[in-house]
Amino acid sequence: MLKELRPAIVVLVLLTLITGLVYPLGMTGIAGALFPKQAQGSLIEKDGKVIGSALIGQAFESDKYFHGRPSATTGPDPKDATKTVSAPYNASNSMGSNLGPTSKALADRLKEDVDKLKAENPNAAVPVDLVTASGSGLDPDVSPAAALFQVPRVAKARGLPDQNVRALVEAQTEGRTLGLLGEPRVNVLKLNLALDALRS
Amino acid sequence: MTVIGWIQIILFCAIIVALTPLAGGYMTRVFAGERTFLRPVLRPIEAAIYWAGGVNETREQHWLTYTVAMLLFHVGGFFILYALLRLQGALPFNPAEMSAVAPDLAFNTAVSFITNTNWQNYGGEGTMSYLTQMLGLTHQNFLSAATGIVLAVALIRGFARASAKTVGNFWVDITRCTLYILLPICIVYTVFLVWQGMPQTLGAYVDATTLEGAKQTIAVGPVASQVAIKMLGTNGGGFFNANAAHPFENPTALSNFIQMLSIFLLGAALTNVFGRMVGNQRQGWAILAVMGILFVAGVAFCYWAEANGTATLNALGLTGGNMEGKEVRFGIVGSALFAVITTAASCGAVNAMHDSLTALGGMIPLINMQLGEIVIGGVGAGLYGMLLFVVITIFIAGLMVGRTPEYVGKKIEAKEVKMAMLAILAMPLMMLGWTAIAAINPEALPQLGNAGPHGFSEILYLYTSSTANNGSAFGGITANTLFFNITGAVAMFVGRFFMIVPAMAIAGSLAEKKSIAASAGTFPTTGGLFVGLTVGVILVVGGLTFFPVLALGPIVEHLAMIAGTVF
Repeated sequence: MLKELRPAIVVLVLLTLITGLVYPLGMTGIAGALFPKQAQGSLIEKDGKVIGSALIGQAFESDKYFHGRPSATTGPDPKDATKTVSAPYNASNSMGSNLGPTSKALADRLKEDVDKLKAENPNAAVPVDLVTASGSGLDPDVSPAAALFQVPRVAKARGLPDQNVRALVEAQTEGRTLGLLGEPRVNVLKLNLALDALRS
Repeated sequence: MTVIGWIQIILFCAIIVALTPLAGGYMTRVFAGERTFLRPVLRPIEAAIYWAGGVNETREQHWLTYTVAMLLFHVGGFFILYALLRLQGALPFNPAEMSAVAPDLAFNTAVSFITNTNWQNYGGEGTMSYLTQMLGLTHQNFLSAATGIVLAVALIRGFARASAKTVGNFWVDITRCTLYILLPICIVYTVFLVWQGMPQTLGAYVDATTLEGAKQTIAVGPVASQVAIKMLGTNGGGFFNANAAHPFENPTALSNFIQMLSIFLLGAALTNVFGRMVGNQRQGWAILAVMGILFVAGVAFCYWAEANGTATLNALGLTGGNMEGKEVRFGIVGSALFAVITTAASCGAVNAMHDSLTALGGMIPLINMQLGEIVIGGVGAGLYGMLLFVVITIFIAGLMVGRTPEYVGKKIEAKEVKMAMLAILAMPLMMLGWTAIAAINPEALPQLGNAGPHGFSEILYLYTSSTANNGSAFGGITANTLFFNITGAVAMFVGRFFMIVPAMAIAGSLAEKKSIAASAGTFPTTGGLFVGLTVGVILVVGGLTFFPVLALGPIVEHLAMIAGTVF
């Protein structure tokens, strides 16, 4: 058995270096050369400053912007570092709510959000993705229905005609990949950027 | 459920069936030492490793030596990873200035990664330095996956050889598997993933100022290179806390589809490797058929449950299925399919939070793991797990007709059946035993994230996933405590090695036997009767063992939900 010790150490160390250093560092070089934008995190810049990533949702609260889905991410409590507090769209601590189907906390949260949205737009059915927390807490997308649901609020806050905002949503809607995979969706950050561009 | 949803499911199955003989043929050639198109590039590296390690590639090993070599390899891997976790604060590639990981968490994580479980009691972006992610986690993703594959190959050699003393050379198999199979696929795969939007950088986390003027710190890193092997090697440990639900870890519907395919690719191909090595590919297809029946049944049930939503959602008039914990770009079908695949294989990556699945939808992942992850399964582990069930099935079939059972030309005798039963009994002992202990432990109960039967399901899921070396979680439970770190590590350890060592003993025992020609009295193992009987044995063994505990968790929760109860 002792004669297996030498290969155990040498093969392990060599394969560790190949798979743990040569491979990831080599891939970092190749990725940076082929797809530099994606490799850095698909960052979006405006006036030379990073305003976010096309793939990472942001917490929009103003009526003038389209809102993303509820986010269950947390961050450290500024008053007590051993505790955490709700911090939606914290992109350095991804997580879902992990509330189960018979959770009272989930039922209460859903009811409160549905009531709020019904008051905002009584004419449409509340889309399910607009009140359910995403798995990552960073979902960059909403369903087309969830974006259209918000059109009256955004149009009113910006003093724009409904149909202009609606047309913008439709232009920003992405279909299924190859017409087949995934679900139709609207990237909220890109939609809001287009909205800002529309105004100016 | 929608037509387009079902088309996605059927397309997935069709592609896996089409790729199985292609990948299976290539893998068979690699493990037989035959020439492949990558040889000119890789042979010098391979030869250098043998030279430095003093490995004689023509000298094969007895099954015991093979197993000891594998165990030594694991011990070394454990120490490297544990040391990295404890020392990362003082090492380079640490732009986010992560400090050392606590001892019990480092122990749990190290066991978790060497056993191919990749249970995450830590949040990747908040705990691990880039060096740990690469040299610790990425490298173990490769090596624990390669170990699973080569053990399956050694077991296949046991079936395929006659009157042989050896089952192969562990060092040669592990080197070839890593260099010729895993690395080349991962290199192409990483480029694809980056193209789809996955970061691959050593730069620090990015500070952004959002449109509304708020600060957002965006975690990035060398993600794609790790995710490629995490999926291909059915490891499942995420770069980020939210795993494949995180947009950086699974940016698009296309990346989601390819990730699902890559979970099943090598596990499915191994059934074909089995068929080729025992000299009849139909033997491999029969095993894949058993897996396929169980898989499609699971997908249909889970998809149905998730598309139906929950009583809470329906009462509020919210239609479109249970979207809590799911991402818009994947939708219901992309999430349900992923959940079944990741637990059928021993992957454990998640693109939706399993804790928020419906009661019945979440039961399917539990059942997949409790049956031992034999539906494709972990790379390698799924095939040897399934072959253990085949041994039991053949034994039962032999009892029915009163003949010594035989399988692919080998007599299945008392030793093989005892070893198979040892492995099949060790799993429920860990899953059920630890769940029972945790459920009455006053220190464990406050860690639950949900009350009522769902809280019980969280505990059950933890030990089921750990024992089955899956690594997915009902994540509401706060399992980073001394009790869960230690007991979970024990479950992972037993789940891995009480499967591997009996499987290797069977390999050694079978290799020594003579091969006997099939006769009129031989039970045919390529037809529908065999497939049906094996599915039946798997469901009866699983049903008898786990029905009571499922009744206490998901089933009672579903009934409570229908009655309108919340906890």
